[in-house]
Amino acid sequence: MERQFKVFRYDPESSKKPYFQTYTVDVQKSWTILDALNAIKWEQDGSLSYRRSCRHGICGSCAMKINGKNELACELQVFTLKGVIKVEPLPGFEVLRDLVTDMDRFFGHIEAVKPWLIAGLSPTDKERLQSPEDRKKLDGLYECILCGACTSSCPSYWSNDDFLGPAALLKAARYCFDTRDEGFHERMDVLNSRNGLWRCHTIFNCVEACPKDLNPTEAIVRLRARLAAEKI
Amino acid sequence: MEHHRHDVVVVGAGIAGLYAAMKAGESADVAVLSKIYPTRSHSGAAQGGCAAALGNETEDNWEWHFYDTVRGSDYLGDQDAQELLVKEAIPVMYEMEHLGVPFSRTPDGKIAQRKFGGHFGQFGKAPVQRSCYAADRTGHAQLHCLYEQSLKCGVRFYNEFLVVSLMIEDGVCHGVIALEIRTGMLHAFWARAVMLATGGYARAWKVTSNAHANTGDGLSLVLGHGIPLEDMEFVQFHPTGLYPIGILVSEAARGEGGYIFNKDGERFMKKYAEAKMELAPRDVVSRAETTEINEGRGIDGADYIHLDLTHLGADKILERLPQVHELVFKFAGVDCIKEPIPIRPTAHYSMGGIPTDLDTRVLLDGRETPVEGLYASGECACVSNHGANRLGTNSTLEAAVFGRRGGMAMAEFVKEKGPVVVGTAIPTQHVEDEVAHYRAHEGKERASVVRGELQDAMQNLCGVFRDEEKLSKLVAKIADLQERFEHVGLQDKSKVFNTELNELVELKHMLDFCEVIAKSALARQECRGAHWRTDFSGRDDEKWHKHTLAFKEKDGSLRFEYKPVVITKYPPEARKY
Repeated sequence: MERQFKVFRYDPESSKKPYFQTYTVDVQKSWTILDALNAIKWEQDGSLSYRRSCRHGICGSCAMKINGKNELACELQVFTLKGVIKVEPLPGFEVLRDLVTDMDRFFGHIEAVKPWLIAGLSPTDKERLQSPEDRKKLDGLYECILCGACTSSCPSYWSNDDFLGPAALLKAARYCFDTRDEGFHERMDVLNSRNGLWRCHTIFNCVEACPKDLNPTEAIVRLRARLAAEKI
Repeated sequence: MEHHRHDVVVVGAGIAGLYAAMKAGESADVAVLSKIYPTRSHSGAAQGGCAAALGNETEDNWEWHFYDTVRGSDYLGDQDAQELLVKEAIPVMYEMEHLGVPFSRTPDGKIAQRKFGGHFGQFGKAPVQRSCYAADRTGHAQLHCLYEQSLKCGVRFYNEFLVVSLMIEDGVCHGVIALEIRTGMLHAFWARAVMLATGGYARAWKVTSNAHANTGDGLSLVLGHGIPLEDMEFVQFHPTGLYPIGILVSEAARGEGGYIFNKDGERFMKKYAEAKMELAPRDVVSRAETTEINEGRGIDGADYIHLDLTHLGADKILERLPQVHELVFKFAGVDCIKEPIPIRPTAHYSMGGIPTDLDTRVLLDGRETPVEGLYASGECACVSNHGANRLGTNSTLEAAVFGRRGGMAMAEFVKEKGPVVVGTAIPTQHVEDEVAHYRAHEGKERASVVRGELQDAMQNLCGVFRDEEKLSKLVAKIADLQERFEHVGLQDKSKVFNTELNELVELKHMLDFCEVIAKSALARQECRGAHWRTDFSGRDDEKWHKHTLAFKEKDGSLRFEYKPVVITKYPPEARKY
């Protein structure tokens, strides 16, 4: 079945301003947006640039804005969308080329929250014990694939990209709520800074954007509560 | 060309590369070059777990794991490496827990473990719970943890750098040359030690569980320097690829009790592995499935069969197999709590690769002479842990254990030798010329068409079952495609994020190593593990209990040598499950 795709194009080496290019693709049943982009690149226009790798929603490479919503191109099926399908790079990030955005700042914010276990000495010849109930506290936190869909959808981030953003704060929660971790105080300065937890205005865009059904806003609210409790 | 200097350069950022970087980073100045952001690496797609005989759920010890790994490899694995693998599995698993990997837990708080194919207690008796898991996102959990630990160690990441050449002269590796994808600029990275951890290459098949990035880049890089590739004919087909696209449905689904059925509703594994049924090793199950399909017992006569989890119940599926549940729903529209999953074998894992010693040093002759300063680990390497067939959960284990060993070995080597000197007289101009040549590529052929025909040919002629006729056809086809590659035109002339150029470079790699796979498979006249020749009956230990080494000669032809398998404990025996 023929479908039309209106795709954002930009090449900093060309004198052309950014524009939309429309491609007509013969789409097969069960194709995803990534399948359609591949068909464009491989059969029509080799110059179209985008990121992709695993093609089943675990590597986080192919987040982009599709019909106005941040999505993973590899997960979204074409048949679920009507009419001409508009494909754009993630908003809020600098566009490097076509659908490719600069992710360095995003990953820098992840690093800023010290995303590693901060803990005292562990037993030398065995694992640390953690009850299944305590381990469950990490569900909904550790599954993040760092695709950037959430941070890119956040109005607070749009107005100030020094804001750590929902993905980095979710990552902070993944460690702060790990019962093995003792690093909350070490992370507190960053979390409590002007670009930390308080810049979130609980708009919930990130929740809607997350392709893995995670809830960064809830994680942020819980971190704030913990911060308040620890300060008292 | 911009020049950089580090003590250690690691190429690839999966579990093997990051473990190496983290370990070496404890004392050395380490850089990681990856053509994608590290957390995009395909280790993150590993689902079911990582083997170690911890004995947390059922009695276990490393000697049983050792025996299973030897037998699983159809006696082609080197037993000195395999013994190291299973022994070090135990401290490495604890180390990963200490680093923060969010393993699932037993009621008493230990690392949870599940059953997996090919893993048994008491030397091949009943299935044992040996696979340490984090739900069914184990690789994801490990990959992210190791990335974060590497950041903590101060490892320098060069993300989206595609390595295009190794700087090797007189048997010494001085570094690599890489293309910065974002700018199209070439960079020289000088290093005392270089590790290749570039992963697998099942992208060469049409139906595959592998990511687009898995194009075996490291293999053809070494091949061009006279370094051989080992056992390339052994490529694993995973029995449960989601139909039709081939993405992975974790073996954990069978480990947790899933059944497979043909169109008659028959649990047909009883005909092929009466005792172990669905928990037989992957080569055995994939052959069984393919036989059923070939004989017309696929579902509705089509080329797939059913994996059924419905009897496990919603609670167990959602707790232990949440990603499987999500994937099959999103990609096949199947709710596996209520209905069976359509599956078929999918190209999955490469047992062969770059020959190394136990400290991951790359062997120039494939036997004992290391290339100074060059290391390899993980799926691109062949030490050989997996021989002719890998057991599930031994891959992330190998990446961790040998990545770690390599990291420590490189740190030691740097200490011994001191920092590398930049700008010894290694010519870099030819690399600039080569990349310029790629950029200027003009012609009527399209890379996607050549690649598509290669993937079709590998799928149809070098799959679960092979024979001389098919493999000879494949060899001729690859030669034809190599010729056509020279006429591939590049439409994208930009230097910024030119992914068409990347795909062209990757296609060249694929053509190079596919030639080695096809010719190695044609040469090996027996059935062993994942290499099954229908024109020969069974394993032939007398003639073929040996490793293949394929060398590329100066004139471009391949020369084959063979080397003995290291046997320390278990001589070959009949393999029955």
